[in-house]
Amino acid sequence: MTATTLVKQQAGPRAAGPAPARRGRRRARLAALLFVFPALLLLGALVVYPVLFSVGRSFFDASGTRFVGGDNYAEMFRDPATLKAIRNTTIWVVVAPALLTGLGLILAVLVEKVRWATAFKLLLFMPMAVSFLAAGIIFRLAYDEDPDKGVLNAAVVSVHDAFEGTSTYPTARGRTGLLAQDRDGSYRTTASAGESVTLPMVGVLPGDLPRDAAPARTAAAHKAAPGELRGVVYLDFTPGGGGEQGRIDAKESGLPGMKVEAVREGKTVASATTAADGSFRFSGLASGPYTVKLPESNFAPPYQGVSWLGPALVTPAIIGAYLWIWTGFAMVLIGAGLSTLPRDALEAARMDGANEWQIFRRITVPLLAPVLTVVFVTLVINVMKVFDLVYIIAPGPVQEDATVLATQMWLVSFGGGNDQGLGSALGVLLLLLVIPAMVFNVRRFRSSQR
Amino acid sequence: MMRRRTTLLTGCTALALALGATACGGDPVSAGGGDKSLDGQTVTVAGVWSGSEQKNFQKVLDAFTEKTGAKTRFVSTGDNVSTVVGSKIEGGNAPDVVMVPQVGVLQQFAKKGWLKPLSGTAQQTITADYAPVWKKYGSVDGTLYGLYFKAAHKSTVWYSPEALTQAGVQPPKTYDELLKAGHTVSDSGLAAFSVAGQDGWTLTDWFENVYLSQAGPEKYDALAAHKLKWTDPTVVKALTTLGKLFKDKQLVAGGQKQALNTDFPGSVEKVFGPEPEAGMVYEGDFVAGVAHDQYGKAIGKDADFFPFPAVDGGNAPVVSGGDAAVVLKDAKNAGAGMKLLEYLATPEAASVWAKAGGFLSPNKKLDLASYGDDVTRATAKSLVGAGDSVRFDMSDQAPAAFGGTKGAGEWKLLQDFLRDPSDPKGTAAKLESAAAKAYQD
Repeated sequence: MTATTLVKQQAGPRAAGPAPARRGRRRARLAALLFVFPALLLLGALVVYPVLFSVGRSFFDASGTRFVGGDNYAEMFRDPATLKAIRNTTIWVVVAPALLTGLGLILAVLVEKVRWATAFKLLLFMPMAVSFLAAGIIFRLAYDEDPDKGVLNAAVVSVHDAFEGTSTYPTARGRTGLLAQDRDGSYRTTASAGESVTLPMVGVLPGDLPRDAAPARTAAAHKAAPGELRGVVYLDFTPGGGGEQGRIDAKESGLPGMKVEAVREGKTVASATTAADGSFRFSGLASGPYTVKLPESNFAPPYQGVSWLGPALVTPAIIGAYLWIWTGFAMVLIGAGLSTLPRDALEAARMDGANEWQIFRRITVPLLAPVLTVVFVTLVINVMKVFDLVYIIAPGPVQEDATVLATQMWLVSFGGGNDQGLGSALGVLLLLLVIPAMVFNVRRFRSSQR
Repeated sequence: MMRRRTTLLTGCTALALALGATACGGDPVSAGGGDKSLDGQTVTVAGVWSGSEQKNFQKVLDAFTEKTGAKTRFVSTGDNVSTVVGSKIEGGNAPDVVMVPQVGVLQQFAKKGWLKPLSGTAQQTITADYAPVWKKYGSVDGTLYGLYFKAAHKSTVWYSPEALTQAGVQPPKTYDELLKAGHTVSDSGLAAFSVAGQDGWTLTDWFENVYLSQAGPEKYDALAAHKLKWTDPTVVKALTTLGKLFKDKQLVAGGQKQALNTDFPGSVEKVFGPEPEAGMVYEGDFVAGVAHDQYGKAIGKDADFFPFPAVDGGNAPVVSGGDAAVVLKDAKNAGAGMKLLEYLATPEAASVWAKAGGFLSPNKKLDLASYGDDVTRATAKSLVGAGDSVRFDMSDQAPAAFGGTKGAGEWKLLQDFLRDPSDPKGTAAKLESAAAKAYQD
């Protein structure tokens, strides 16, 4: 109301003026301002003011009272965690949008040719409906290193074990001081033909022993014949304690199924597998010293799978989760673009004898370029602010290895750092990085309107 | 303290966070009996407790009501007490009494001028019935503001008696014996310890126990206040001592790599779960809760503890923590609030919760018979018996950026140290630079 009277008052004195046309234009401009005003107010309060405030805040220290000039910015580039965040954000920006656009394009083109296109699209689009938090929790579990928990490692381990097999005594090790360990993990002792040896092992739970395992004591009493090398591999640990180290006590069990090799001058001359009481025997050996070796294949630790969330793979792993969520989006957008393509151009190419690949490469992609750019740039902006997935999926010890600018900004300002000055500086950096993408998008938007 | 609780109740945290702001607090309670001197008044108490802790604390409050006639109302603040209490004070709706979960928060409140010094009666009770150290941790700049009502014992090594019997070892008394016993357990086929390396706070607790025993309480206090630099030889020595355990594949279940992949509940599972992988796990008295609630172990029979052993001839450490009751200056009913505090200081109040379980009191006068089971009694005895040599969790006293942030500061650096314990000196230097930044001195 007040605004209308204002307009009238201002318009009043000029009513007698010579140029009614100019007056009209002025009026229109005022009316336009009037309509824009609420939007401007909101934009100012919700966007411009916070941005300016953050820029200002970034020149103050943690308490917000002392002006420190560019110190926060200097500190930002000195801090290894921030540098890592910048590096990771770069990886994200370079890899994720390109992969997603490519994947979306391929899927969109392929889906067009499928009979159940809609159902397929729906399926691929579904992860978009899952919140980042929930997706993060799902992938945190899927990537878990323990094969009993993480589905990915469960698959990797079962495939690996199907080809490689597992060892019988992964936890066993030789009694220190009585058996020597080679660098590759095998254990050895020396003996001559005609002697018998004992190979004391520890570290096997009674419950983990093969069911047929029998006490080793009697077997150890057998004397070796000439040209024969005898021995016992046994568990040098009396349950409940009380056994003597290096001696086969009454309750101590043999370790059946253990591979044993007799080695001379670096060559394996005989090999055997231990019996239920842990005994083994090499016969027909020439006299002289031998190395009796328990090869490391007996003790190979179970394959643990891939350390998805280790320092090296954590960022690619999180990008994988991101792909899962956003592929549907890229595909649907590109698919929409694809359906508006002029069919006649494709038909003409086909008539001219172009194969599908040539059509894809020379006609579909160039015609789709505007859509692809929109998808790509939108994703670039989106990837820059990725936060939840990184924060949820990365476990504590590797959080710093996975950190990106957005998480770093939050951690520094609120997540314990309590330095909102430095946090604001990081926010400003993020803003500066997003601006080129924004400008690009706005320009494109404008040119497409013309 | 709070962080530990959070980890225990991972499932509940989300709920607590979601509901903390709105759905908290019980209805005012009143009952008959007692002298009724505070009839008609209502005391509002705010604290982080929820679930069974809140229920048990309510029993204490009910007993207070019965005695004095004052109604009580408990408001659960969720995880972030200081934010909630701060906004309530600003909103002119301050609770009367706050149960503060960390000594750092108590200091923060006192420095902001939110707290009322304790009344003479309460001060006398604390001086008489509590070891001086509790008074010290309740005071800021010489003024006593806080009464430690509930304490935690963080120098307990929990073990499966079956595993130790199987290996034929006795609970060790010294750190060297601990390593030796660990090797014997490992010979028997189980790893000695499960270490929860994925949670940084368990590693800081390991370090604090070793340091307190090896370097002594004075150095511990100096380091906690950052008057002593982390590059000090005592720190390097403690890290070396700890590294001896960390780098030994036989002692740590699954080696360092798997330890870094194990969180606190997981580490308890490795000892007390259905498929044990280790014989012992170090953490505070709350391990018993997890072992009992999640894995159905009978505490004292299937799960037991021994005090964290003494390192290099020092005294056995007792690292602790606790929830302190404070009265706010802006409280509407400060007088009644102070009366509640005076009541909480009595053994009578402590015995109410002690009977309900899941509680330790630093009050010397509390009859040990009040505790419901032998293991809790033994923990309480060890805590009270340690008297003045009890020290608070160092990382809880540090600024959060150093001692309480996932993926940063002490947590992260000790995780790196667990990954590669070969360079204690380098770790100490990194700890110092992180500490200097966080303490800003």
